[in-house]
Amino acid sequence: MITLTVNGQVHEVDVAPDTPLLWVLRDYVGLTGTKFGCGQALCGACTVHMDGQPIRACSTPVSVVGGHKIMTIEGLSPDRSHPVQKAWMEIDVPQCGYCQSGQIMAAAALLAKNPNPKDQDIDAAMAGNLCRCGTYPRIRKAIHHAVKLMGGGN
Amino acid sequence: MSQLPSIDIENDVAHDATRRSFLKNSLLLSGGLTIALQLPGCSKPEQAASGTGPRTGENFVEINAWLHIGYDSVVTFLCDRSEMGQGVYTALPTLIAEELGVEPSVIKIEFAPPGAPYVNSLLGVQATGGSTSVRDAWQKLRMAGAEARERLLTAAAKTLNTKPGLCRVLNNGVAFGDKVVLFGQIVDAAAALPKPVNVELKPSRDFKYLGKELQRFDTAAKVDGSAQFGIDVRLPGMLYAALAQSPVLGGTVKSFQADKAKAMPGVREVLQTASGVVVVADGWWQAKQARDALVVQWDAGANAKLSNATISAGLKFAAGTAISVRREGDIDAALKAPKARVDAIYELPLLAHATLEPQNCTVEFRADGCHVYAPTQVQGLAQAAAAKAAGLPEAQVHVHTTFLGGGYGRRLETDFIGAAVEAAKVVKKPVKLLWTREDDMTHDYYRPPARDTVTGAFGNDDRLNAFKLTLVGPSITSRWAPAVVANGALDPFAVEAAQNFPYNVPNLQIDYLQQEIGINVGYWRSVSHALNCFVVEGFIDELAVDAREDPYKFRRNLLWKHKEPRWQNALDFAARKAGWGEAPKGHFQGIALMSGYDTYMAQVFEISVVSNKIKIHRIVCAVDCGQMVNPSIVTAQAEGSIIFGLSAALFGEINIEGGQVKERNFDSYRSLRINETPPIEVHLMSSDDKPGGMGEPAVALVAPALCNAIHAATGRRLRSLPILKQGFTI
Repeated sequence: MITLTVNGQVHEVDVAPDTPLLWVLRDYVGLTGTKFGCGQALCGACTVHMDGQPIRACSTPVSVVGGHKIMTIEGLSPDRSHPVQKAWMEIDVPQCGYCQSGQIMAAAALLAKNPNPKDQDIDAAMAGNLCRCGTYPRIRKAIHHAVKLMGGGN
Repeated sequence: MSQLPSIDIENDVAHDATRRSFLKNSLLLSGGLTIALQLPGCSKPEQAASGTGPRTGENFVEINAWLHIGYDSVVTFLCDRSEMGQGVYTALPTLIAEELGVEPSVIKIEFAPPGAPYVNSLLGVQATGGSTSVRDAWQKLRMAGAEARERLLTAAAKTLNTKPGLCRVLNNGVAFGDKVVLFGQIVDAAAALPKPVNVELKPSRDFKYLGKELQRFDTAAKVDGSAQFGIDVRLPGMLYAALAQSPVLGGTVKSFQADKAKAMPGVREVLQTASGVVVVADGWWQAKQARDALVVQWDAGANAKLSNATISAGLKFAAGTAISVRREGDIDAALKAPKARVDAIYELPLLAHATLEPQNCTVEFRADGCHVYAPTQVQGLAQAAAAKAAGLPEAQVHVHTTFLGGGYGRRLETDFIGAAVEAAKVVKKPVKLLWTREDDMTHDYYRPPARDTVTGAFGNDDRLNAFKLTLVGPSITSRWAPAVVANGALDPFAVEAAQNFPYNVPNLQIDYLQQEIGINVGYWRSVSHALNCFVVEGFIDELAVDAREDPYKFRRNLLWKHKEPRWQNALDFAARKAGWGEAPKGHFQGIALMSGYDTYMAQVFEISVVSNKIKIHRIVCAVDCGQMVNPSIVTAQAEGSIIFGLSAALFGEINIEGGQVKERNFDSYRSLRINETPPIEVHLMSSDDKPGGMGEPAVALVAPALCNAIHAATGRRLRSLPILKQGFTI
């Protein structure tokens, strides 16, 4: 049995220790907001937070997670009230939407660390998250908008 | 599809059997080709029966094929197109709401099952593709909304003892003065009324929602992780499956050894299917690990020696009979003794769709048949594929469409369905079968390659006097809908953006030579527009350079007699917005023009190149797509399409060796990232024309506009892609 804390709840799962966190979240904990895109930490669709840091759940064995706090898109807010989620809605960012959980988690981690990122900071923090639909212009706009919603910016 | 069929769908409604039967038997594609009734699972009589007739559920009444109204007065729209990012989940209910009279946001949305009323009039099958959704729905869904409104007003007026014309529709009922009847109280009566006649649609000046930037209805679910994609389907007792497919495309299982796999934790079953060997386990990771432990002997089949080289040689030495696409004047005479002549060969590689959600399908057998949960663009074809694999009649296969994590044409195929059905049938439990990224990348229906030869010639007056283009490549439609191209008929999806060549050249010859390449090719966002716009707009640019004329003015001069002014308007608008000819020092511009999907579009790229490193400073896109349902979604589609096109132009190539695809994941098959995305300006042109499609066209102009800019900057003409393979970096 492996014990992990996801969105403040403790879960015990019976999986091999090398099972990637992504599959534990999706198939055992039942949180499907975190997506599978590449399995190689190349696309960012599986981005979740471990102690506030963005990590790629597809390439993180569940065994390294014990004792750390995992947060998924479902735990970001109970009601889409996180500034990044609000900004995403106001700018109408998603198209197919498949990458957006990962994009939002990456953006939330960026803003937690840097409440007023410049475009280069956004590039650096978000370059690991692919969007095949090409929502990047709106992602950039929404991150700047989230800064305003948080009361920051110039 | 440059030319649309002239089908009058003004009066088509779900329950009008005569009308539907007319549509079924007369669906036309460009070139007058009938596609209906030739695909499995699309237009068969038993389906027509299963999808029609007023239906009453436990809690609702069917007003027509797209609208259910509950006894709780909730209006439900059955969305008969797949939401893959392009915005149908918002645009289509907006169309219906505009006429029904309710606010679009109060409508509950469900995806429609397979059914005859949902056949796409522009494609002849129930399919989401070809940038047809709004074009097909524009009259049909507004009329469905208007007829429902008339039914509700008539039924309410009876109850309220007044005239329908004195009543008005609210979000959940009908009002007469301060008296209100809820939809739930009148919905039975409304549905029982005879079909309303002489129903009029609102004039566009009265639109309350159409043309406005409403927020998308799927955004909320896509920012909190609750949107259900195919991969997210979870059923009680569900098992997970992974599939081993032949590494050589088209290969088959000779034999396999599964002892090791079967002994691995969680593994429940290993079975051979028509698609390969399936491992079923308690969790997907377990299934995938066990799949990797299988030892399969493959029969490579005919493609064992297929490679880039053999494909290229096939296209180069194609010896079939070309089909005429356009023929004007006398090309041979014009090319006999021209004052100047330019010849070129343009080549394009295979491309993968690379939807971010890998292919997957979830299947459960229940008492009433086989339930298929799939991210599909083709509900009827999915039903047929599942029925075949299940050994059941199509009526016993129930297709549930989820959100699609990208489509781009990939999910017009049904190759990811059969194995899930076979597995669920064997294990007698629900099964979710999911491909890995590598499975997906190496088992796509790739965008066709092309090798086109093109010649232009100038006459003694220095005017362009001849244009000869021979397109060579495989035909997608010959596999997807073979009847369409039977008896030597032209594949309309091979000649887009060439058939409607807009430039005034006295002697014009365009031919298409079909050359199959041994592997399946598929419809890839913008289909042959992207292939043919590259050669047409690239070569027109070459001719402008040869004539020592400005590429924009050269095009403009060749358009002056065109009977459709929208070509020139789009070109002019893009040039004006981009500041054509006024780029800062060291910056260079490239332009391209195209019409496709009833949309007219031009793009201008402004770039600089230093030591072969390309920097894109600005992309300007002028869009005339007729009347718009939602300009915000139109803009997003243009931006996204340009980024999709940039990925292809800069990086995109699928290489084949020994019948196997070499690119396996996003490291070798690159896709544009946010830090690589240049500023994009989309300029929408106001128009009263009928709506044009916007899911695809902007993809096709990217490569030619960018390559034309590269020529302006460096003097190097790129006639093959991807750009980063030609000695450039970004």
